Amino acid sequence: MTNLLLQVAPPSPTWFTKSPDWGWYIVVYFFLGGIAGGAAFLSGLLDLLGDRLDRRMTRIGYLIALVAIVIGGPLLVIDLTRPERFWHMVWKSDTGGPMFKYYSAISLGIWIILAFVIFVGLAAAASLADIGRFPRWFSTFGEGVLGKIIALGCILTGSALAGYTGLVLSGSNRPLWGDSAWITLLFLLSGISAGGAAMILLGWRQGHPGTVRWIEQMESYSSVLELVVLAIIAATIWSVVRVVWNGAWGAILLFGVGVLGIITPMVLYARPRALGAATIPIAALLVLIGGFLLRAVVILSSEAI
Amino acid sequence: MAVPAQATPVATPTGSAQSTEPAAGSQLAPAGAFPAAPMGFFTDTTICIGCKACEVACKNWNGLSSDSFTLSGDSYDNTRELNGENWRHVQFIEQFPEDRVGGRWLLMSDVCKHCVHAGCLEVCPTGAIIRTEYDTVVIQADVCNGCRDCIAACPFGVIEINPVSRTAMKCTLCYDRLQSGLEPACSKACPTESIKFGTLEELHGIANERVQQLNAQARDAGQAENAYLYGADDSIVGGLNAFFLLVDQPEVYHLPAHAKLPSKELPTASALGIGGTLGMAALGAVAFRKRRMDGFAEAARDERAAEETGEWEDAR
Repeated sequence: MTNLLLQVAPPSPTWFTKSPDWGWYIVVYFFLGGIAGGAAFLSGLLDLLGDRLDRRMTRIGYLIALVAIVIGGPLLVIDLTRPERFWHMVWKSDTGGPMFKYYSAISLGIWIILAFVIFVGLAAAASLADIGRFPRWFSTFGEGVLGKIIALGCILTGSALAGYTGLVLSGSNRPLWGDSAWITLLFLLSGISAGGAAMILLGWRQGHPGTVRWIEQMESYSSVLELVVLAIIAATIWSVVRVVWNGAWGAILLFGVGVLGIITPMVLYARPRALGAATIPIAALLVLIGGFLLRAVVILSSEAI
Repeated sequence: MAVPAQATPVATPTGSAQSTEPAAGSQLAPAGAFPAAPMGFFTDTTICIGCKACEVACKNWNGLSSDSFTLSGDSYDNTRELNGENWRHVQFIEQFPEDRVGGRWLLMSDVCKHCVHAGCLEVCPTGAIIRTEYDTVVIQADVCNGCRDCIAACPFGVIEINPVSRTAMKCTLCYDRLQSGLEPACSKACPTESIKFGTLEELHGIANERVQQLNAQARDAGQAENAYLYGADDSIVGGLNAFFLLVDQPEVYHLPAHAKLPSKELPTASALGIGGTLGMAALGAVAFRKRRMDGFAEAARDERAAEETGEWEDAR
């Protein structure tokens, strides 16, 4: 007797929630945040573990990270319905003091962004000073123990920046996002891929071939792991995925992200002359397209429910 | 907006008069306020008549707009949903077979549940969402900046952006009225006492008695005993301060049978993120080692080639 429409049990309790209307601003921010975090993570590793020849590429990486967060950060503010109050996330408006809740992913993210900007800002300043585009004394931030500390800061805040965007989604109650804890790892891996791709795309000529090969290697690791994580998400919440990623979303994910953005670049990195001299930058461009489509699919497919 | 001139004695859930004197020693409550104690709503859906007096009273007291009102074509439900400007929503659920014989209406005045473990309060990054001395959950409109994380976090789909204030809004359980010793506008207006207001202790007692009464009646009539309480115990997000008496599955009333907190996945998600960071850093180190070994091998190859061709000796 029960209304037929209501007899259909939803695949998850998350179906009873409402969409926050997070649209393109958030998609683009998550993409730029992933690039920024991934580039800083890889550049920090190159600085800590690599040698002098890697420095050419780390300079490009830190600058990419800084520019990406400087462009992406304001998108978060613009997306607020009361953007003039964005500082309420940073400072307690009633009692004063910093506004921080470790169990709120957005609150955590605000402080991650602030810490990230400081570390990457110093590393980028040192990079510009290295090439004479900034006062010479800024080079101090890229040398010795201080340089190592800043590189470590870039690694930690970079991975946190790339990953927390997934934590914001996992820490919600929306279909797909709140159904899987694996989205954080997925976005972290995708961020590392995208950050590396941006470094290769903009620095494959200037960078030492050994550095470029190392980044390609890291991208291959993260790409394989990305596929594994996507498979785990599909397997663990299949009842949700088959509804949310039904139709166009599933096709974009499969072909746009899986084939075009992950598998094809891996093949191209393995055969660097397959498309002539432009093979490597084309592969990097495809990784970036795949990273963007991944975020668009994950965010917008759930928003459509 | 109708604003009563002064605090008046309010009807308790049992219909008797109750003093509005503040509790002795209550430092939070202003003069004339209800004593600080967990309070909420018990909504008995079996006696809701769908008059929507609660919706009107809520909009009237809270000065909420009705700009988005249109005819829905869905039974008598033109309110459609709880959102930033509808803090009460009377659901009209028609359960009729094709021949329209022997069916029934289910009516329920839905509202924010004021969860004991509130997802919205958990995620709010500005501190705009607070828990009051009445254990209710209130969004401070002058602090909210509209990030909308609370909308995605609420397991019941209660919160949305109010088009006038452009901030997230929902039922406050008439916090301002409670602080003046007045019961919430909706329960005050409810003509059948389907919405009962009081302390949780009182409400749980009344609700349990009502469930027993309804199930006894069903038993006597040879029908299924299907009355139960939704959210009265701690099985749903630690308990709901606004709980319901239902006679069908929760999903029929658009309520999740197993609501979860948004923070449920956070520990696992964080651990996976940290593990991923360490794993990728370790793989990075492995890739460096491989590069170094390849470099050594390449140098050794060059050295051997030089020795074989005699260049090595020449070079020395």
